[in-house]
Amino acid sequence: MTAAIGVVTFPGSLDDGDACRAAYLAGARVLRLWHADPDLHGVDAVVLPGGFSYGDYLRCGAIARFSPVMESIIDAAKGGMPVLGICNGFQVLCEAHLLPGALTRNSHLHFRNRDQLLRVESTGTAWTSSFEPGQQILIPVKNGEGRYVADQATLDKLDAEGLVVARYVDGNPNGSQRSIAAIRNPAGNVVGIMPHPEHAVEALTGPSTDGLGFFSSVLRHLAAYERVTTS
Amino acid sequence: MTSTAFVGPPAASGTPFDGPDTVDWATATPDAPQPHAELGLADDEYERIRQILGRRPTQSELAMYSIMWSEHCSYKSSKVHLRQFGEKAPHSDRLLAGIGENAGVVRISEQLAVTFKVESHNHPSFVEPYQGAATGVGGIVRDILAMGARPIAVMDPLRFGAADHPDTARVLPGVVGGVGGYGNCLGLPNIGGELVFDPCYQGNPLLNALCVGVLPVDRLQNKAAAGPGNVVVLIGAKTGRDGIGGVSVLASATFDAGSEARRPSVQVGDPFTEKLLIEACLEIYDAGLVVGIQDLGGAGLTCALTETSAAAGTGMVIDLDRVPLREASMDPHEVLASESQERMLLIVEPAKLNAVLGICAKWGVLATAIGQVTPPENGTPGRLVVNWKGQTVVDVPPGSLADDGPVYARPMREPNDRWLLQADRAETLPRPADSELRDTLLRLIASPNLCDKSWVTEQYDRYVLGNTVLAQPEDAGVLRIDPQSGLGIALSVDGNGRYARLDPYQGAKLALAEAYRNVVATGATPVAVTNCLNFGSPEDPGVMWQFAEAVRGLADGCLELGIPVTGGNVSFYNQTGTVPINPTPIVGVLGVIDNVAERTPMGFANRGDAIVLLGTTREELSGSEWANVVHNHLGGHPPVVDLDAERRLGAVVTAAPLTSAHDLSEGGLAQALAESAMRKGLGARITLPQGQSAFVQLFSESAGRILVSVPAGAEDDLLALAAAHGVAATPLGTVGGDALVIDGLFDIPLDELRAAYAATLPDLFGRGEPEEPDYVPAPRPVVAEPAAAEPEVADVAAPEIHLGRPVDAHEGAAEDATDE
Repeated sequence: MTAAIGVVTFPGSLDDGDACRAAYLAGARVLRLWHADPDLHGVDAVVLPGGFSYGDYLRCGAIARFSPVMESIIDAAKGGMPVLGICNGFQVLCEAHLLPGALTRNSHLHFRNRDQLLRVESTGTAWTSSFEPGQQILIPVKNGEGRYVADQATLDKLDAEGLVVARYVDGNPNGSQRSIAAIRNPAGNVVGIMPHPEHAVEALTGPSTDGLGFFSSVLRHLAAYERVTTS
Repeated sequence: MTSTAFVGPPAASGTPFDGPDTVDWATATPDAPQPHAELGLADDEYERIRQILGRRPTQSELAMYSIMWSEHCSYKSSKVHLRQFGEKAPHSDRLLAGIGENAGVVRISEQLAVTFKVESHNHPSFVEPYQGAATGVGGIVRDILAMGARPIAVMDPLRFGAADHPDTARVLPGVVGGVGGYGNCLGLPNIGGELVFDPCYQGNPLLNALCVGVLPVDRLQNKAAAGPGNVVVLIGAKTGRDGIGGVSVLASATFDAGSEARRPSVQVGDPFTEKLLIEACLEIYDAGLVVGIQDLGGAGLTCALTETSAAAGTGMVIDLDRVPLREASMDPHEVLASESQERMLLIVEPAKLNAVLGICAKWGVLATAIGQVTPPENGTPGRLVVNWKGQTVVDVPPGSLADDGPVYARPMREPNDRWLLQADRAETLPRPADSELRDTLLRLIASPNLCDKSWVTEQYDRYVLGNTVLAQPEDAGVLRIDPQSGLGIALSVDGNGRYARLDPYQGAKLALAEAYRNVVATGATPVAVTNCLNFGSPEDPGVMWQFAEAVRGLADGCLELGIPVTGGNVSFYNQTGTVPINPTPIVGVLGVIDNVAERTPMGFANRGDAIVLLGTTREELSGSEWANVVHNHLGGHPPVVDLDAERRLGAVVTAAPLTSAHDLSEGGLAQALAESAMRKGLGARITLPQGQSAFVQLFSESAGRILVSVPAGAEDDLLALAAAHGVAATPLGTVGGDALVIDGLFDIPLDELRAAYAATLPDLFGRGEPEEPDYVPAPRPVVAEPAAAEPEVADVAAPEIHLGRPVDAHEGAAEDATDE
């Protein structure tokens, strides 16, 4: 059975269709999840897409974290379900305390959209096993509040335990501490990433097709999981 | 003038109750003085209102007439000229809706249509840059939505005063932030625009916003409030006091020293609500639940109520108490005039009302039934009756507001400085020696109008929705519409106020020619035109002449090119005191491309490709950026425009298998070579042909030229194709290296070009904090990570998924072709 990836739509989600396209191109079954519906409809993994959930007028992701669907996703994530938060989704994961730290206003105070080089530093996650350690990938970044910040102890812990999934290379587009672009939880099933892999899945519309690796990784992960649990 | 005068007329004195002016009271007090002049109505216009009503208007009615008969809403000064767009329109089988609708609709395939329009929000953007620009985007997006389309992209032609003027540092960051803030938050890619600086825009920056949307042909909506008994439903944001008098106060009068005090006349935008409004409306359309729909923009509820009923010949009874208010103390004339954003008016059959309310509830969009459509009476159109707290405050024939506003044939006179201006030709200015050409190029490429615009465009999301094939700084934005067939569209917006100042007729044609050329350069076939005409005061005969000439030029040009104008917008009163802006007609051209995978980008693509210049270079320097930057000069005749030559040029570039194509415009060949080289970091070696001075070849701004490259060996075919179409083709050299080399003259490393090109806007408007150096973590012990298993091969067919529009629960079930 092909794995099913659920993509959540909050009011104000914008890149939800793009996340669906990326998962579909990677070969997944795609289901759309609605913020007000706590039922995950049997999906094997979840993507929290980019956008401005609930307008993000309070603090990015602060309201989405309390939506009915998030209650279920938080439980599922603690049980090992792969969850990828992209941009606003990363913000939601931090607000939900599934990942440490916070995303704050870019240091230069502007929204910034550019094609960004990243270095993949952790390939042991559900979402990055298709990459080589140290591999450089080109993914669009586009955010106004993407500056990753955490206290010193947390940053040291992220480094010491290899929980940084990707860092910005050739320029830090938003002032993130230690050039952090993506992080993971210790189990490796939850990953938050500020740049947008779902916008680097077709040569025609993206700067590369490097973003597909995130979605093919999770399909591989799920296939392996299925093999283990059914054998 | 006190601030209350902007808000509306004071109640006629001595009303018998503690409330607003009613129809009964107006009838009883025919001679009560009314402040029509303060609301911008001329004496004869006020008299006409009294004739139409057979009594004096109520306070609410007077407010409604004053805004609907304002220049902005009634086009009273421009109407007699704009008729040419219809009269001279070339026939097009593609046109499904044209001028007079919220936006023109053009069929691009059997099933799909595209709708697009450009509008101005100039005055609000000067008074309150962020909100003015944001609501400019929001307004045009609702126009597109009202046609039944999903908005899919925006563009932003912008004009500011001198780049180094202190006020530009106030206005520009706010405008750019507003365009980006609203568009990004709506999830609409920004695929192009313009950024031009000129001192003439110092007190009158221009914010024009274009939106394009796509719809299945059978989802086309209209605004007619048909069907007596149908329910009038207002959905979206609550109505507040923001934006009252926006069209009459801001857009229809010349700025003066008191302009700052008009900030309350600027609306405040909430893109999140608009995003929900879009999704709710599209779901309502797909379920076939509306009879008619109209967006609320300028003139708010007044405009929406009168235009929808006038379009159907029906009347309406509106219960104004039902309109959800942000401020309970609002008077009826304020509710009717408010320009609060993010609202739409729906006409719904009673049986379908609950379904509409249900969809709105799902999206968290407020929806309220506020009235009912009433039938025509005895063969005459129905009346619009508005009740408030049990009293009738409005009883008018809606057509008298929507369609029968005053029309003026304003006096026109050719400005008497024009022959002096045209005699002062830039061709006579001192020119650089060959040894100075390198410096000239570097100086021009760093000038504000020709430099890298990334400081602005990086603030815009160009990726969202995943169908952006080309975006700025490419010649035109290209969007994929149908992922199966690759069918797509190309869009460009262009205008040159300097050319139009020298000759408004030619200037309008040149704007059309440039937008057309930008579209064909990508490989698309132009099919339709939109425009936004930005001018000074129509009460100035010189400005009126400029306007008439520009309209005539654009209408003639569209006829010559065989593509119709499908809609547009006029912005008058862009002047400070007696000094108008340069006439600035902005022209948008829409093209269709059968397969977006075959589009041609602007950057040199492969080493060894042959570079060819298509078109003819003449000695045309008047109005050029060289004259502007080096001599601060504007005079002479703008470049000659030959639309037949443009069409033949288009035929060549759309037929030839090109690896790159870049239109020549401001800055001429030098600019095009530098941009094509920097785009992908591939230099070029160029040999300029003998016979014409190198300076003229590099910096002339002759129209009708495109710089192309083809694989080595393919240039003979290209030259033959060009010759067959009567288009001059000049081989210039080859792609390669890491410098722009002009044989015998100079060479500039790409790094040096890029440094000059990129520094200007950050130097002017700020770089923000310096970027931290890349962080390299200390090495840590290698931890064995479990090897991922090989993927299982699944043979389950991938289910259909529906991209772009969320569905209720799971397993996408939307039947929305346009959202794929």
